[in-house]
Amino acid sequence: MAMAAALRREGRRFAPLVSSSSSILNSGVTARSSLLSEELGPQGARSISTQIVRNRMKSVKNIQKITKAMKMVAASKLRAIQVRAENSRGLWQPFTALLGDTPSIGVKKNVIVTISSDKGLCGGINSTSVKISKGFYKLNSGPDKETKYVILGEKAKAQLVRDSKKHIEMCITELQKNPLNYTQVSVLADDILKNVEYDALRIVFNKFHSVVSFLPTVATILSPEVVERESESGGKLGDLDSYEVEGGETKAEVLQNLTEFQFSCVMFNAVLENACSEQGARMSAMDSSSRNAGEMLDRLTLTYNRTRQASITTELIEIISGASALTG
Amino acid sequence: MFRQAPRLLARSMMARSRPFSDVPAQPASDSAFVEAWKKVIPNIDPPQTPLSFMKPRPTTPSSIPSKITVNFVLPYQSELSAKEVDMVIIPATTGQMGVLPGHVATIAELKPGIMSVHEGSEVTKYFVSSGFAFIHANSVADVVAVEAVPVDHIDPSLVQKGLAEFTQKLSSASTDLEKAEAQIGVDVHSALNSALTG
Repeated sequence: MAMAAALRREGRRFAPLVSSSSSILNSGVTARSSLLSEELGPQGARSISTQIVRNRMKSVKNIQKITKAMKMVAASKLRAIQVRAENSRGLWQPFTALLGDTPSIGVKKNVIVTISSDKGLCGGINSTSVKISKGFYKLNSGPDKETKYVILGEKAKAQLVRDSKKHIEMCITELQKNPLNYTQVSVLADDILKNVEYDALRIVFNKFHSVVSFLPTVATILSPEVVERESESGGKLGDLDSYEVEGGETKAEVLQNLTEFQFSCVMFNAVLENACSEQGARMSAMDSSSRNAGEMLDRLTLTYNRTRQASITTELIEIISGASALTG
Repeated sequence: MFRQAPRLLARSMMARSRPFSDVPAQPASDSAFVEAWKKVIPNIDPPQTPLSFMKPRPTTPSSIPSKITVNFVLPYQSELSAKEVDMVIIPATTGQMGVLPGHVATIAELKPGIMSVHEGSEVTKYFVSSGFAFIHANSVADVVAVEAVPVDHIDPSLVQKGLAEFTQKLSSASTDLEKAEAQIGVDVHSALNSALTG
């Protein structure tokens, strides 16, 4: 790593906190005699200073404490939100039971809703979501097909703005400032539905399977016109025609309400699951970084002891050889 | 690399049965989608779809079953899941609708009102704010509501107060939006009122 090489070149330079944290988070950096430096003590005697190693050890210990605390915080937030996510899992099942699941449907206007987190240090879940969204973009590209993005969360926005800026329709951030609830999500869903023209909405999120595993998932929601078309042509939704429709003036009106309600329900579940996955991923990322910090601290302690013992030995040798030169 | 290890380990262990609420042991997936994905994006695994997380629904039986299976879900809770009951009465926009086993497949939009679940001799009543009810041909009823409370949790004095407030807002409303909001408030509160009395 470039940073370690720079450290070796400038023996005395005290590595700043940020670069040492990045080195811990990536993997262990061997910090051996590169951190030794020679100082001129009183009367010109040379002694090897352990100051730098000691400073490094202090900063690594602080980082370990911070990451451990972040892990605890993420664990407690996960506990709270996991309960709500599991309770909301029943919400989308009736819709899938009725309308089926058709991710391979080919429509003209696709809108990809990417759900990601606002804060970082949560492992690779945001990159996974963005990769899958870009995959969908490629899958649905073709003549007279258009695909747009609606982004929830800062991290996906940062990644997608780089190469797909003109395809981004809407960006919504700071979703989790207040605890997530259905009212907020339904207002958001309403906003999206009003401002975006779509034939199919694909919601890309990370489903919370367990604390260590998050499955990227895509939920497809079709617009009422497409539902009508598919049910008449007798594709996967062929059964839909056999259902009697109660309420509302026309079937089209009920279908519209149905798809809007489906979108808000599926969004609610998706947002909760993604929040769970974010906390779980953060837990495991912080756990591995505190473990790395611990290993680094062990290595630094060995170096420190070696340095200390070497300087004591050197002093002893000098004293003894000086004494033997005087007497003998 | 070592950070990926627990994730890979968990993935390989996923096939064994684990006590999680909604993932079946062998996830079914839409093969057309998986193939189309693999052709265009070969490096990344295709994402999962909701179908693979759902328990498959029973097929339509040839004879009418004796009980109807009810799933009553709310955003923050699954109130009833796969409960076998005799009859359900739901407040559809066209009026109270009774659902018995063998009911024709229906999609019903709900208005604020009482939903009652009849099991033998016991009746549980919930006040439902609105939502949808799907009755499938295999005698499974899904009721999805935004808010529901058991009727005995409703406070009558607050209902009266709310009704008076919204009626007053309706009469003093100027824009269409305010009128619509006040009208919704009046509808819900008068339904609550009739739920308490009737």
